Amino acid sequence: MKAVLSLLCALLLLPAISLAEAEEGNEKGESGGKHASLALQPAQMNVKWQQECSSCHIAYAPGLLSPESWRRVMAGLDKHFGTDASLAPAESKEITDFLVRNGSNRWSGTAAPLRITETSGFLREHRGDEVPAGAFKRASVKSAANCQACHSGAAKGDFNEHGVKIPN
Amino acid sequence: MKRMLFAFILTSSAPLYAAATTILDGYRITAKQESAAFKDFSAARGETFYRAKMGDVACASCHGTSPKDHGKHATTGKDILPMAPSVNPERFTDAAKVEKWFRRNCNDVLKRACTASEKGDFITFLTSVR
Repeated sequence: MKAVLSLLCALLLLPAISLAEAEEGNEKGESGGKHASLALQPAQMNVKWQQECSSCHIAYAPGLLSPESWRRVMAGLDKHFGTDASLAPAESKEITDFLVRNGSNRWSGTAAPLRITETSGFLREHRGDEVPAGAFKRASVKSAANCQACHSGAAKGDFNEHGVKIPN
Repeated sequence: MKRMLFAFILTSSAPLYAAATTILDGYRITAKQESAAFKDFSAARGETFYRAKMGDVACASCHGTSPKDHGKHATTGKDILPMAPSVNPERFTDAAKVEKWFRRNCNDVLKRACTASEKGDFITFLTSVR
């Protein structure tokens, strides 16, 4: 029964899996083995999301957070990690809809963290054996929020670990 | 050659002024409503405002000592395009965008909304930088 259920889930998720990443997942067979990694960035982008979110940092790919996390982030934009990032209501609604529609569907558990760095996915991939101690605090990196310091394709939603270069 | 250059300067700066002037006109009406003593905007007051430390930051902290230079976001380190329309003609061409950033940045830096008079002085200073 369980096997049938997971097969059914896999079939339902299929359209969201980008080909390249699916192949990559099968090849690696590690964390991606059971759940082939989903496309973090949808094929259909939203111009407002791109423009507004990237005015202060990269436009973090929708698949990096769950729909519920995105709802919370967007509801608190006037106090966005210490900064007023508020939007006009119409823009806010359009961007929220886009993020919620394309949020991660691999989410389990009830917590909906506001920070990508507090998600289990991020924590799993950035453990001590993956990232040298103090790397996030280097001047060249600045903080863990600065994805593109090590993931050159971050703005395009590409976090393939073969492309990671941790600067000195 | 000189004449050509003059013609070029005229045509290239005319739209810039048109946009910024329209935005300034709006703030001027509000500034008069805010204070009966209001006369007109001042580039000198705008420059003082731009450089003044409010708490531990000034506008110039992120936007650069010279508004003709690129700035840098204090937290994320992201590049900020120059504020002076003489080097970045996109500035002050979109009233909604101007209001959005005054709302955000005044809240962050001054912990309150800016007055129309402060906004007008700020734009008058930046458009005066050549």
